[in-house]
Amino acid sequence: MKKNRKKTINATVKNKCKSKLESWIYSDIVKDHFFHPRNILLNDDYEADGMGAAGSPVCGDMMMVYIKVNPETKRIKDCKWRTFGCASAIASTSMMSIMVTEKGGMPVEKAMNLKPQQILERLGGLPDRKFHCSVLGHLALKEAATDYLRNAKK
Amino acid sequence: MKALLDLITTKNMKSVYLDYAASTYLDPAVLKKMIPCLRGYFGNPSSMHKMGRQSKSIIKNAKHDIAEILNAKPEEIIFTGSGTETDNLAVLGTAYGNRSKGKHIIVSKIEHKAVLEAAKKLKRDGFEITYLNVDSSGLIKISELKKSIKQDTILISIMTANNEIGAIQPIAEISKIIKIFKNKGLPLFHTDACQAAGVLDLNVNKLGVDLMTLNGSKIYGPKGIGCLYVKSGIKLEPIIIGGEQEWGLRAGTENLASIIGFVEAFKLAEKLKFKENKRLTNLRNYFIKNIIKSIPDCRLNGHPAKRLPNNVNVSIKGIEGESLVLMLDKYGIFASTGSACSASDLEPSHVISAIDISPELSHSNIRFTLGRKTTKKDIDYVLKILPQAVKKLKTASSLR
Repeated sequence: MKKNRKKTINATVKNKCKSKLESWIYSDIVKDHFFHPRNILLNDDYEADGMGAAGSPVCGDMMMVYIKVNPETKRIKDCKWRTFGCASAIASTSMMSIMVTEKGGMPVEKAMNLKPQQILERLGGLPDRKFHCSVLGHLALKEAATDYLRNAKK
Repeated sequence: MKALLDLITTKNMKSVYLDYAASTYLDPAVLKKMIPCLRGYFGNPSSMHKMGRQSKSIIKNAKHDIAEILNAKPEEIIFTGSGTETDNLAVLGTAYGNRSKGKHIIVSKIEHKAVLEAAKKLKRDGFEITYLNVDSSGLIKISELKKSIKQDTILISIMTANNEIGAIQPIAEISKIIKIFKNKGLPLFHTDACQAAGVLDLNVNKLGVDLMTLNGSKIYGPKGIGCLYVKSGIKLEPIIIGGEQEWGLRAGTENLASIIGFVEAFKLAEKLKFKENKRLTNLRNYFIKNIIKSIPDCRLNGHPAKRLPNNVNVSIKGIEGESLVLMLDKYGIFASTGSACSASDLEPSHVISAIDISPELSHSNIRFTLGRKTTKKDIDYVLKILPQAVKKLKTASSLR
């Protein structure tokens, strides 16, 4: 079921690409987030409640995700990131940081279970081969959420 | 046509094409020679009537001209459909044609995929393949080559100049070594010279090669045309069958216009060679010097001197190749990355992996290849934009 959905999304993107002569291999949303990434971690002294990393430079993609959580509501109130990787890796981490902080913030429990397909959908799809880029983002987030829960227990 | 040509100059919009190793534009003088063939000479060269004979004589003259540049004989020239097909024919054709005499083949690790994939196919067919390493500058080690040659080695394939890092192999020196081991003409020595045409001296006697691959799309000629030099007497099995064209070694009605285009492009490239080499070498060195100066944690891939005059390939720490290519694209700078997570291939480039590079840097390279329309003004524009693009990506990068 999920697999089918992914295929449909990607097919739509491909069709869009056919229509324009100079069209990008990526959707306009990916393009926007690549050129204007949101929530990049600029400050090295950022005090995160949880931190997670996924991928490695050897594979060509490495993401680091930092979250701040509201202790009362257990919702993510801030999410910063740094990504080494291709355009879709950068865009998908950027989009993910929006998804977890919008609408009053995503509950940590929910963030633990964020699915790569959800990021993919918000990006308007990715070329099939690039699917793994968005897979990595949610892993880093999961690690950050786990890290937060571990810290909170202390 | 004019609009497209303008795109690669800086006349109208700010755009700098630096991907000449991927594809060159069709030189207008070459196109001019091709048009009569496209319009008028449609006779099939295999036909016996006058129109057929006319087409046939055009091909004959074309082979004569190519042979003259290569110092070969016209009957040693075969036209094919591309550089890739030519590499395929050279490797598969000689392997199948000589399989009764041996099953061992040597190729370098940085060959074009057209050679490497052909070798892979041969392995599945029971051949034994030895892959030659290259040093950190992309050059093969002669001592390793010597050790690799066996009694049943039938073919050695080493490219003249590499498309990604521009490394130029000492082909004449290599062929001298191979000659020592030759027994009844084997092993054969093939070189892919697609990137070297119009740059290096491709006199096949001086180089001492048995087979050489050339194509049109890297020398301001048309695409869809390749050319194989095969020394007479070499056994070659065709890979495209169904006709007696090209001495029965490559079936299919000849692509007359592209053949003419290829010959004209090659002749023109030879004419401009000396001047262009000098101009591009200066431009390249200026470019490299200033990239290294203005970008921190940046290294040049390939040999500093034994490299194509138009090739610049650098790795920049913390930046992934594809993202840099796309960032530069926004500024009208058209470069490429052989490495990295490019949308068509996720593996780092086999060439970049073969040179002694840290795995962290294997996804971080970018290639600029200069050409006839590249000016110092273009390079200065890139030198202005590149540090900004790198800085932007570094800000977002998890690798510092």
